[in-house]
Amino acid sequence: MTEHAMDIHEHFAGTNRLFISVWIWLLLLTGFEVFLGYIHLPVIYMLVILMGASIVKAALIVAYFMHLRFERLNLILTIVPALVVCICLLLMFFPDSLRSRNLRYQGTTQPPAESH
Amino acid sequence: MATEAQAIAGDWGGGVHPYRVGHRKLGMWLFIMSDSLTFSALLIGYAYVRASNVWPTPFKFSPSIVFSSIMTLVLLSSSLTMVMAVSASSRGERSTARKWILATALLGLTFIVLHLIEWRHLIDEGLRPFQLPTEWSEKWPGSTPLFGATFFGITGMHMFHVFTGCLYLTIVAGRVNKLKHEDVEISGLYWHFVDLVWMFVFPMIYLLSIDATK
Repeated sequence: MTEHAMDIHEHFAGTNRLFISVWIWLLLLTGFEVFLGYIHLPVIYMLVILMGASIVKAALIVAYFMHLRFERLNLILTIVPALVVCICLLLMFFPDSLRSRNLRYQGTTQPPAESH
Repeated sequence: MATEAQAIAGDWGGGVHPYRVGHRKLGMWLFIMSDSLTFSALLIGYAYVRASNVWPTPFKFSPSIVFSSIMTLVLLSSSLTMVMAVSASSRGERSTARKWILATALLGLTFIVLHLIEWRHLIDEGLRPFQLPTEWSEKWPGSTPLFGATFFGITGMHMFHVFTGCLYLTIVAGRVNKLKHEDVEISGLYWHFVDLVWMFVFPMIYLLSIDATK
């Protein structure tokens, strides 16, 4: 990074080569995800692996394309932790979702047998 | 520890520019935060409904997944052209930046056209927001009719963002000589965010609904 690039309005780090390599990584990860779909993995493995790969892809986009890696730490700490905490808090609904699955019509013609 | 504390203290810089970005860029980051929560809520709402129901998995690998993979490729490439635009703008090459921005908007429009073709295909099959095609109901007995609501809701919301982004980028391209470099960078932030959202929509909506039956 050159000295004059430190000016607050003209600051833009990263070379075209870096951006192209990030793009290639994103393509490779997408290709990997599509391949997993092609070989029909069980849905629970798919869910875990796909979410993992998507978080890596999102991190690459935010860090390099959206330039956050080159921003001041203050900005990163203002944006990232709050979002992560809020999104994780939304996951608290899932126990209810999985519970209500057992209460729903499951596609059988007979009513479900009573179980206690 | 000491060096970490020094790094943080050194980064503070007296608090004159606490984030070292202009107010417009900070505003865009705050908008992106709120929009991330909107999409998170939509996707988690979808996951909630899906986990508590029998869910149809109707997308054949070919053509549906191949088609949506091409859409993903188009959107990812548009992010690369946008980053090239911002890079050119940072070097003061405004006309080059304009070309890259217009290329980005064009790729965005391509994405919308491809997406609408796919919507049209599903609507022709009989998918509606609260109704499944008859064949799907027979193939996945007892499956919820909410598939259409989540599919059209989430992809429609994303498509609306792509459309807004195309308008935004066209305006930025037209005014690139008057705008500061930071303004071009801000439009890039928005565009990359739209791409980022698709990185979650594509696996959650498409790849997890692949039809494994022959």
